[in-house]
Amino acid sequence: MSAIRSAAPATGAAVRAALSGRRRDTVGIAFQVLLLASLLFSLAVLLVLIVDVLGRALPVFADRGFGFLTSPLSSNPAKAGVFQGIIGTAVLGLLVAILAFPLGLATAIYLEEYAEDTRFTRLVQINIRNLAGVPSVVYGLLGLSVFVALFDAIDGNGNGRTILAGGATLAVLVLPIVIITSIEALRAVPISIREAGYGVGASRWEVTRKLVLPSAAPGILTGTVLALSRALGETAPLVIAGAVLGSFSGLTFGTLFTGSYTALPMIVYDWSRRPQEAFRADAAAAIVVLLAITLFANGIAILLRNRSERTW
Amino acid sequence: MAQASPAIVAGFSLRGSVVRRRRERIVRTVLLSAALATILISAFIIETVLVEALSFLGEIDLGQLFGIGWFPRRGIFDVATIMIGTLIVTAIAMVIATPIGLASAIYLSEYAAPRVRRIVKPILEILAGIPSVVIGFFALTVLTPGLIRPLFEDANTFNLAAAGVGVGILSVPLVASVAEDAMRAVPVSLREASYGLGARKITTSLRVVFPAAVSGIVAALILATSRAIGETMVVAVAAGAPQARTFNPLDPGGTMTSAMVTLATGSDQVTGDTAAFQSLFFVGLLLFLVTLVLNVLGDAFVRRARQRY
Repeated sequence: MSAIRSAAPATGAAVRAALSGRRRDTVGIAFQVLLLASLLFSLAVLLVLIVDVLGRALPVFADRGFGFLTSPLSSNPAKAGVFQGIIGTAVLGLLVAILAFPLGLATAIYLEEYAEDTRFTRLVQINIRNLAGVPSVVYGLLGLSVFVALFDAIDGNGNGRTILAGGATLAVLVLPIVIITSIEALRAVPISIREAGYGVGASRWEVTRKLVLPSAAPGILTGTVLALSRALGETAPLVIAGAVLGSFSGLTFGTLFTGSYTALPMIVYDWSRRPQEAFRADAAAAIVVLLAITLFANGIAILLRNRSERTW
Repeated sequence: MAQASPAIVAGFSLRGSVVRRRRERIVRTVLLSAALATILISAFIIETVLVEALSFLGEIDLGQLFGIGWFPRRGIFDVATIMIGTLIVTAIAMVIATPIGLASAIYLSEYAAPRVRRIVKPILEILAGIPSVVIGFFALTVLTPGLIRPLFEDANTFNLAAAGVGVGILSVPLVASVAEDAMRAVPVSLREASYGLGARKITTSLRVVFPAAVSGIVAALILATSRAIGETMVVAVAAGAPQARTFNPLDPGGTMTSAMVTLATGSDQVTGDTAAFQSLFFVGLLLFLVTLVLNVLGDAFVRRARQRY
């Protein structure tokens, strides 16, 4: 305030200072720090989680090296490995991709490119949004009473708890995600591209296949990869739909589709429940393998999306 | 068309070749059947769960639904036990996820520079992509000995509190992303009007943007609640199995979801057409109905938020 009373040339600076508020906005700054701290909470959790798991897993990898990856399950924690889990997870991922991608993409194309805005279309849309919110254990029930029963009937010996039933269950689980992300990718393609196609006499399918799909491909791919990584981390539906919890022999290539199976998250669940401390370390090592796969998939998806983000 | 230029149409049809038209029809039919398959999936879920749940209710004496705890093997299906477990876990989860998720959303939407956003957002996405069984392991091996036990000495190795915190961590990204979308949808003009009146940034964020985005924020919280109720593996790993009825978050216990997983595995493994096996579907029906109501409600709020501007 003393500045205002002083010589004339200083007045401009004083007015500017008074207007821009020399008074420090303590509340505002505290608020901003609080917000940032909340955001950093997620980062901290992520860091602690990864450091903790790595710390537990390192001795296992140091002791066993690649042996951990290539040995089968065992009730002896010093011998148990995740080989069957890696095979199971890989095959499940393949099955989900084969089943969910075409079905999801076809549904998305129908809803976005073909369907008129009828009551039926809206019913399908609402239904898909609700399916996306159904808890994953409930899909396990569906897998148990539809897919397992189906393969029971095919097999004849009541041995329907195969990897095919598990893969179908996971595919149905992520189908809504594939559909919703594909719809968003299709919707982002400007209408002018379609009109250009119709203008030169292309049919609806020709426009969709040759113009719309190539433009929407990165977005569709991103959604599919995200859905896949979600499927690979799912445990609950597999538990219900009969993946094996505990050690078993088998999962060789001869009985891959007809015998018992397991997956990495199932192994993590099984080992982390066991009382022996050695199995905790094994569980951490299995988590490292699982995270390597899912985070890799997620990373690819995020990268793909950031690259393909274009404005028309 | 035909009346306008009969001379042209006489030898040439504008409808294109027969082969091409047939192909269009086939494609449309294939795509339509894919869409119908999604309806079929819902029908199958409802049919499966409903039929088995009703047959469960028909098989047992209704008095068996009330008792001292959740002991399916002994024929005691005290639904209140697993409902209370679900309530405890969900409440703790939302106490964690609501402030942290909303604060993250405000920061990302109102404060973060585009460059910061680009770096920070993937962190939330990675957290969202971590399998829940891994968060369960984290809750069991880090949260319980590192956070719950130091605070409450008499906490069990397996306890509902750690599971609740774990589910909360899992729900933060969902709350943050839905709420952020809602706040970013608030027109800039509202913020400019607020600044024009001399409001500070904090005032603008909390008194203008937040109320304007309230539908979307409510939607975020409802959807996260539904997700927390449906979360399974964190609870199954970190809280043990449902047992005697308990209101204490420091006790081991179970939710509707973890009760289902325990029924399908381990010491409680039950197969065949016993009542215990069918109780799986009964719990599934309860879970399905509760989450369905919440999802429909959340969806309504999301759409209201979108229509506003």
